[in-house]
Amino acid sequence: MSKRIVIDPVTRIEGHAKISIFVDASGNVAAAEFHVVEFRGFEKFCEGRPYTEMPAITQRICGICPISHTLASAKAGDALMAVRIPPAADKLRRLLNLGQIVQSHALSFFHLSAPDFLLGWETAPAQRNVFGLISANAGLARAGIRLRQFGQEIIEILAGQKIHPAWAVPGGVRSPLSQEGRERIRAWLPEAFATTQVAFDLWKKTMETHQREIQIFGNFPSLFMGLVAPDGTWEHHGGKLRFTDSSGSIIADQIEVSRYAEFIGEAVQNSSYLKSPYYLPLGFPAGIYRVGPLARLNVCEQMGVPKADAELKQFKKLGCGAVTSSFLYHYARLIEILAALEYIERSLDDAELSSDCLRADAGINSLRGVGASEAPRGTLFHDYTVDRNGLLQKVNLIVSTGQNNLAMNQTVAQIARHYVKGGAGAIPEPMLNRIEHGIRCYDPCLSCSTHAVGQMPLHVRLIAPDGKVLGEVTRG
Amino acid sequence: MAAKTLTIDGRQITAEEGATVLQAASEAGINIPTLCHLEGLYDVGACRLCLIEVAGVPKLLPACTTKVAEGIEIKTDSERLRKYRRMTLELLFAERNHVCAACVSNGSCELQTLACSQGMDHVRYDYLFPKWNVDPTHELFGMDHNRCVLCTRCVRVCWHIEGAGTKNVAGRGTKAHIITDLNMPWGDSDSCTKCGKCVQACPTGALFHKGATVAEMRRDRSRLEFLVTAREKKEWITAD
Repeated sequence: MSKRIVIDPVTRIEGHAKISIFVDASGNVAAAEFHVVEFRGFEKFCEGRPYTEMPAITQRICGICPISHTLASAKAGDALMAVRIPPAADKLRRLLNLGQIVQSHALSFFHLSAPDFLLGWETAPAQRNVFGLISANAGLARAGIRLRQFGQEIIEILAGQKIHPAWAVPGGVRSPLSQEGRERIRAWLPEAFATTQVAFDLWKKTMETHQREIQIFGNFPSLFMGLVAPDGTWEHHGGKLRFTDSSGSIIADQIEVSRYAEFIGEAVQNSSYLKSPYYLPLGFPAGIYRVGPLARLNVCEQMGVPKADAELKQFKKLGCGAVTSSFLYHYARLIEILAALEYIERSLDDAELSSDCLRADAGINSLRGVGASEAPRGTLFHDYTVDRNGLLQKVNLIVSTGQNNLAMNQTVAQIARHYVKGGAGAIPEPMLNRIEHGIRCYDPCLSCSTHAVGQMPLHVRLIAPDGKVLGEVTRG
Repeated sequence: MAAKTLTIDGRQITAEEGATVLQAASEAGINIPTLCHLEGLYDVGACRLCLIEVAGVPKLLPACTTKVAEGIEIKTDSERLRKYRRMTLELLFAERNHVCAACVSNGSCELQTLACSQGMDHVRYDYLFPKWNVDPTHELFGMDHNRCVLCTRCVRVCWHIEGAGTKNVAGRGTKAHIITDLNMPWGDSDSCTKCGKCVQACPTGALFHKGATVAEMRRDRSRLEFLVTAREKKEWITAD
């Protein structure tokens, strides 16, 4: 029996973006700007609210990575209470974050990015989406969707609901892992490992045929930042900050997250609502750094789990010092999925996850608290200043997509330079798609929703030195 | 006491003289939506959710303050009543800043439950987005004026069950709000006994236990009813 799937209207737009490409007198690309044209205002309207509400309010920033916000917020709350949360609560939060990494990375790889490199850049936009992937390879698409579901199920098992759960709270978490939940996760793991292996096989073939993309999709020197454990092992929820440069050298290490402001400056550009963080000691814009899977794998020395460590060795061979191509974010994402699965498997035998000692109780003992966690897209900071009664006076959020803003600009410029020559004013569709993909490598929140059903709302303008708009394409 | 016979939704029922229509309906198993009413407290007819139609009376009357009378015919459900109840709820939502998703009472809020049961799926009026603050000064409890519906349950419970008289109402119209003593921070109140009855009585997330996070507030209204019943029936007074 045939079934009809109707998506009407297509309105799931998590973000709107605009790109301006500046062309010099000879018609070649001089620079590019990636503009985020929406304004959210969370930092402002949270003022005056009790800190206990923040994990629930701030996770509404995103429907794809609410867990990252709720965890960073809960951590900032721990800091305001000046408590060390129970060990079981920390382990449970970690397990939640691993579920989040698996689901978000699976979404990025299978739903958002794979249609480009598996179906081809020149494929008609109507087919170049997850439905096109289903037509071309239903088994792969189903496996990808199921892998994402696995991550979502972990979140639901722990926190009661897949999206926006009120579970992580200042001081700990609300409930332990049930025995039934533990067994459900255990039973699903072999399938998740198998799907990840399929993705690795596909990716390795893709790398062979996509050498040009590796060369031009955001391949430039920059700094990298991420959390690492004291011994330099990959971290995702805990640890301290490390910066490395493109030669792989460590330039700052084991920085307490509460000291982030000494190392990260935030530049505001008139062209975008997205702030542009930079590494403060090098200034703006020389302090460009990248965060997220590529950066985390560049800054860490090992993953801490065997299968992912074997892959990390392969990955590290792709760069001289650091791996600098943003196209390899996809590879890094797969390695992180594998590591997350191994860590999940390891945690399932830990009896402490069933503990009922889960929440530290305290009032306000510090008027400022910073929490950081590795979101799938990169390091996320929540910085709260409160009064004696715990009402927010000031909120500063540094989100991962923002930290990649400068890198995304460079990526767009690099791709545009390659494909726009002689500036006749026309922007061919495959170029538009390649630019989109350059952005998509970073898996920014903007692309979360719309691209999954075909199109990222995008507005590209080609601008001459005198400010005249030579060409313009709008979609979405 | 004499009994009165009346008709509610086509059913003939008998109620004691002096009973309210709400009590009579409740005893007959007929549900009328309420918000400012709370068992154990006297009624003030503030919220207008329990409006009923009385045959021969052109205006709608609140069931909680309308006394039963011989032979009256009452409707508790009609298109007109449903329209007014939805409208009342929409006005309540539009008047303050109710954000269920981030509220301590999400899932156990009487306002939210009413909105669902009365089919309020959107608000037609412009939200006022008033600037109300949170009073977190009390050592045990907090008050978020953004979520207050001015049902005055907290005021009544404070004056007539606890007898402390800490909570009051100040201001008029949209500026009306709950105050503590002579409009001072709750934490500075001399009269508050910290009994927490107001927190138990609150139908929304306006009054909460300090430290409660989203959807964590659970209230036990039966305690208030228990206190009143014990007092009225002199259950704590022994014969000697």
